[in-house]
Amino acid sequence: MDALLIGTVIKIVLVLAIVAALAGFGTYLERKVLAFMQRRLGPTHVGPFGLLQIVADGIKLFTKEDFIPQNANKFIFMMAPVVTAATAFIALSAVPLFPTFTIPDAIPFIGGAIVPSVIADINVAILFVLGMMGAGLYGPLLAGMAQANKWGIIGAARTAVQFLSYEVVTGLSILAPIMLVGSLSLIDFNNAQTGGIGSWIVWQQPVAFVLFLIAGFAETNRTPFDLLEHEAEVVSGYATEYSGLRWGMFFIGEYANMITIALLASIIFFGGFTPLGFIPGWLAILLKVTFFFFLMLWVRASWPHIRPDQLMWFCWKVLMPIAVINIIITGIVIMI
Amino acid sequence: MFEQIAFYLFSVLTAGLFLVTVLSRNVLYAMSSLAAGMVLISGFFFLLGADFLGVVQLVVYVGAVMALYAFGMMFFDATRDIKENNTSSKVVFLLSGGIAVLLVVIFAAPILGNSIEATYPPQEGLTNPESIGLVLFTKYLVPFEVAALMLLVAMVGGMILAGKKMDQSLTVTDEEMNIPQKDGDK
Repeated sequence: MDALLIGTVIKIVLVLAIVAALAGFGTYLERKVLAFMQRRLGPTHVGPFGLLQIVADGIKLFTKEDFIPQNANKFIFMMAPVVTAATAFIALSAVPLFPTFTIPDAIPFIGGAIVPSVIADINVAILFVLGMMGAGLYGPLLAGMAQANKWGIIGAARTAVQFLSYEVVTGLSILAPIMLVGSLSLIDFNNAQTGGIGSWIVWQQPVAFVLFLIAGFAETNRTPFDLLEHEAEVVSGYATEYSGLRWGMFFIGEYANMITIALLASIIFFGGFTPLGFIPGWLAILLKVTFFFFLMLWVRASWPHIRPDQLMWFCWKVLMPIAVINIIITGIVIMI
Repeated sequence: MFEQIAFYLFSVLTAGLFLVTVLSRNVLYAMSSLAAGMVLISGFFFLLGADFLGVVQLVVYVGAVMALYAFGMMFFDATRDIKENNTSSKVVFLLSGGIAVLLVVIFAAPILGNSIEATYPPQEGLTNPESIGLVLFTKYLVPFEVAALMLLVAMVGGMILAGKKMDQSLTVTDEEMNIPQKDGDK
């Protein structure tokens, strides 16, 4: 029990530190990738290849004045970014990240500790993660309503619209893979796909994968669906009045959600952390997550964003019927 | 050990949050505490090992309260300063007294809890969703189907009420707004 407890604590600390740091590194990657796709250079001045731009941005964020507008509801205004960041990390706690491993005894103090692949192995992990990420949208909603700013209110209204649009599609799209595997645990999903590339669920459920990816983009407010803070229309939406570290917390939450969606997609549809030929499991899932992260940036560079009413129309009149038909066909095939 | 600490923490927080929901006149406080309380209730299900019900509680109420927020956004100015005057001190007295009694009962519950038996004990070897499905589709099939039918009726009613102008687009084009065209466009 002790070995597992120490391992779990190590895992929690690692996940918090690495994912929070990845949010900073993610901004650098995003700017570089977008720049190359748009034939620019991106950050180049600070450090080699502009790498130290992250540090410069961090210093700016940390030292900026923490500003609360005059008529804002102070308590809710201060709480909202915490909701976004906290729910993003709580959602991550039920996602398996790497294969379980034991720290070698040679390392002092923590040697022999078993680091589990998932912090909290609840057997309904998929629903828990999606529910928690849904709760994360309370951050933008509360932020927009509390800041006494018209753009903020529009951002909050769009948050509600977006939530009511994508949530049904997410749930229905993963229902078909759940029926195939017969379990809601992400570990079971991983174990069901141990037979190499041919056993990946994406080959059996390509439609579900595309639907899940589209809903995931809406869930993380990535570009085709970044209605909440689209600069060209609503200044910065829910984040208009935020500055400094509170704005940074929204940012960390968004990047943690991107990583969670990338992890979910690679575990549910692409075999998770099972070894891939000569590639060990931890490297395989790292490559998959990196690919999905890159895909999000790629889409951002390629597609314009859509209107809120178009999003709702798209989700309810196009994606939801396709998801229901997909479930019915899957059910019939399983019955036969 | 962890479970007991978590249980008392959740129970105190839930009772306090719903008290705020009832007493506060600020719509933002009331709804935020309602949402937080609903999320914390799912913690009890997790503590009892009913993971599936806990997650359902989370998913359903996060969405439901989000819809309430949409109404709050339309009808109230959430940032206006509202003076929280407790005109009815009787209600405050009764509610806080009730919560005190409730907390005593919660602390005393383990003494009584040993004699409680489950009417439908979960079967061995079944996972959470499986055992719920089993009970739902055998023992409680009729209430389940009736509930489904009622939801269908409610949905159709909602569509008829809201759907009168559904075939018209919500967005207005330039021509409909009578914006004169510039000469250069022709």
